[in-house]
Amino acid sequence: MDNILSIVTFVPALAGLILAVFLRGEDAAAQRNAKLVALFASTVTFLVSIGIYTGFDPANTGFQFVEEGEWLLGLKYKMGVDGISVLFVLLTTFIMPLTILASWNVTHRVKEYMIAFLLLETLMLGVFMALDLVLFYLFFEAGLIPMFLIIGIWGGKERIYASFKFFLYTFLGSVLMLVAMVAMYADAQTTDITVLLTHQFSAASFSVLGVHVVGGMQTLMFLAFFASFAVKMPMWPVHTWLPDAHVQAPTAGSVVLAAILLKMGGYGFLRFSLPMFPVGSDVLTPMVLWMSAIAVVYTSLVAMVQEDMKKLIAYSSVAHMGFVTMGIFAANQQGVDGAIFQMLSHGFISAALFLCVGVIYDRMHTREIDAYGGLVSRMPAYALVFMLFTMANVGLPGTSGFVGEFLTLMGTFQKNTWVAAVAATGVIFSAGYALWLYRRVVFGDLIRESLKSITDMDSRERLVFAPLIVMTILLGVYPSLVTDIIGPSTAALVSNFDSALAAADTATQVASH
Amino acid sequence: MIQADLIVILPEILLAVYAMGALLVAVYTIKDGMAPTLVWLTSAIMVFLAAVIITGGEGTNVAFNGMFVDDSFSRFAKAAVLLSGAAVLVMSQEYMSRRGLLRFEYPLLIALASVGMMMMVSAGDLMSLYMGLELQSLALYVVAALRRDSIKSTEAGLKYFVLGALSSGLLLYGASLIYGFSGTTLFSGIIQTAQHGSVSVGLLFGLVFLISGLAFKVSAVPFHMWTPDVYEGSPTPITAFFATAPKVAAMGLFARVLHDAFGAAVSDWQQVLVVLSVLSMFLGAVAAIGQRDIKRLMAFSSIAHMGYALIGLAAGTVLGVQSMLIYMAIYVTMNVGTFAFILMMERDGQPITDIDALRMYASREPAKALAVLVLMFSLAGVPPFLGFFAKFGVWQAAIDAGLMGLVVASAIASVVGAFYYLRIVFYMYFGGETDEQLDTHSSPVLWTALMGSAALMMIGVFYQFGIEGAAASAAAALVN
Repeated sequence: MDNILSIVTFVPALAGLILAVFLRGEDAAAQRNAKLVALFASTVTFLVSIGIYTGFDPANTGFQFVEEGEWLLGLKYKMGVDGISVLFVLLTTFIMPLTILASWNVTHRVKEYMIAFLLLETLMLGVFMALDLVLFYLFFEAGLIPMFLIIGIWGGKERIYASFKFFLYTFLGSVLMLVAMVAMYADAQTTDITVLLTHQFSAASFSVLGVHVVGGMQTLMFLAFFASFAVKMPMWPVHTWLPDAHVQAPTAGSVVLAAILLKMGGYGFLRFSLPMFPVGSDVLTPMVLWMSAIAVVYTSLVAMVQEDMKKLIAYSSVAHMGFVTMGIFAANQQGVDGAIFQMLSHGFISAALFLCVGVIYDRMHTREIDAYGGLVSRMPAYALVFMLFTMANVGLPGTSGFVGEFLTLMGTFQKNTWVAAVAATGVIFSAGYALWLYRRVVFGDLIRESLKSITDMDSRERLVFAPLIVMTILLGVYPSLVTDIIGPSTAALVSNFDSALAAADTATQVASH
Repeated sequence: MIQADLIVILPEILLAVYAMGALLVAVYTIKDGMAPTLVWLTSAIMVFLAAVIITGGEGTNVAFNGMFVDDSFSRFAKAAVLLSGAAVLVMSQEYMSRRGLLRFEYPLLIALASVGMMMMVSAGDLMSLYMGLELQSLALYVVAALRRDSIKSTEAGLKYFVLGALSSGLLLYGASLIYGFSGTTLFSGIIQTAQHGSVSVGLLFGLVFLISGLAFKVSAVPFHMWTPDVYEGSPTPITAFFATAPKVAAMGLFARVLHDAFGAAVSDWQQVLVVLSVLSMFLGAVAAIGQRDIKRLMAFSSIAHMGYALIGLAAGTVLGVQSMLIYMAIYVTMNVGTFAFILMMERDGQPITDIDALRMYASREPAKALAVLVLMFSLAGVPPFLGFFAKFGVWQAAIDAGLMGLVVASAIASVVGAFYYLRIVFYMYFGGETDEQLDTHSSPVLWTALMGSAALMMIGVFYQFGIEGAAASAAAALVN
């Protein structure tokens, strides 16, 4: 299959189109059909995407399965995966069937709901595969539309505020990135990412409006991309849209947001910022590292005082993404490996945590932590699952959460000891808020009348959690499943980064003599 | 010689003769009874002429000693003008006749305005420029006040007329200064005077006045004041017309004057256009936030869009003109669809323009709501729709020309502007129920226009119907 990437990308959208055109009616049968079609399409997508995994050659650090075609305005339709992106593709195809299965209880405008999620899947997959700047931007940005509708239509009470904030916040970041992309196009005369990866953007310092810019063009472009990816990650202090969006989004929306959409920021840093603007990255690394450290500590503290479960997990996501940016900008093998690992593991863990909240929300229709307590006596299976993912979130050895945090901290330690030391305290705080949440919800006496008749997870819910449990533990005990695939590509990324910096260093030395 | 000249302006002559002939026929026969036929006939002729112009013309033909230029630039603009004019004309028929507004003069005035617009984009001389501009404006003043028993419509017509006269005055004053300091009204003569690097102060003054007059026609800030009132007061089909064909023609004329007459003095007018563009984008984005009336909202939206199109013009390059033309083509397509939808907004047969009425529209009319969603996101410049590529094109041209600050400003303006497009989507999809729902009736013509335009916003991403190449050769013909 020469165009397996396009097939994987567009199968969900095609299914969405079929639903939109052929499915009529709002009765129970039509709703069931919509769910089945969506589940079937996303499962097929996952099965086909396994072909990408098996056919992928980790030793080859270039792009594989490349497809290329002409497009408008001199742009290209070009897709491909390398060691950095291939696992994100699989993460996406893996999570989507689970989210659709988890939305089986949706009754309001089911057809549109499924269409929105299928379109979102296509757009997310496209982000990780696009090898043309504008194609990337198109997928990256178009994903806002279905997410805007998902939060707006199927969200909670404050959904209007949350959806607008989500859209405009991320849109502002991305248009600045688009400006930089157009400038890159003007500079390199191409939008082909493979060519841009080897293109040297000028790093000569200059002044803008009287401000001396070290690293010149590269620093400005880095900042423009940073505006987009930092919002998407999200990094402190531009994370404030995330808690709102998470709390208001329906469970499946939160899952997709946490598990996949946030990863686009980290992926963007690895695909664009580090390799294309090495000098700019180097100039701003201290800033990014400290922002990450602050994020880890600050948002962990904020998480501790939350009274809404989803908000707590949202803040915990910001903290975990802090480890990711730290690892990426440590710019060494452990750091980058750890960052990718952390993103994948967070994809499973945060998805599972939001699903855990969804399970009890479906029963009690509240996310207030105080409304629960003593669930263990009525829901033993749920308590066990929730326990596992709480531990994974804390970073208990044996779960995937540990590997990512350990690697990123190790990488950062080599780059900046103080940042690593500060961030390491975040590990303790995360244990604090996660275990406290667990105690308040699951342990204690079951005193609330309303909880006395709560039922444990049914078989559909267990089915949703099973793959996530397997992946979390599997990656925890056998991390080379991931690192073997990403290793060669990250090694190439790091060595290119170092040699580009060395070259730029010599160039400035020559210039100053 | 005169024969060769006449052949060059044959399309204009045909349309003008048709308009005047049909006027006579209608006056002496059944008058308004002929109106529906005339609407269809006029748009058929306009489409036919557009087809002739697209397929027929080749190279650059000059008529009347350079007063009239027929090149691929003017052909591109004429095709856009005629096609959008025809589309709006057809769309308006049902709306107008149900309200007793369909007089036989209406299609003929539109035809005459179109002749004026065709003159504008082909002008090679200050005289023909003014002739085309006034022919267009006079026809439009009348149609703006078509609903004679409505105070708002009369006000719109009067306001448009007074301010239009003012702008014509500015333009004429500028033209006379230019003539005084260059000794010729021919663009080809002016460019030789302006070529010597140092443009004299008098010529510069003339240029600034000329730009002010033209900025009024494209409703660029600070010459936009008439736009919201005229858009709101005119009957909706007329508003749709204002938002499409005249904007293309005025932009075409703008490009024509700046490049044909002052192409050698780009740096002299570039800064003026940058200011016009930034002001338009920001005012259009900010002022529309408070609007509840969708026609006023679209007025500010069109002001903002003119700002974006001016980015391409401000670049002062071939790429700039090309991207501006593509922008205008896409803009017109989006507006035709949006106004088709606005024409369908009715309750108990009465036109409704309050966006509050759109609440939960999606649950009753999913297909139409989806089309509007596509158009709104396209207008906001969100990919994957065609509106995004329009913005991408002008930004590319501007960055090529070194106007980074302008691009960053427009990026920020586009985020502010996204808000009100999003709000329409929000009302339609999750705005909460309302007791006063819109009628679900829809005419096949409007439905086709809405769906077609939304479909083009998506199809255009894969296939552009040769617009790109046509715009490229048009820009190459203009800028040299």
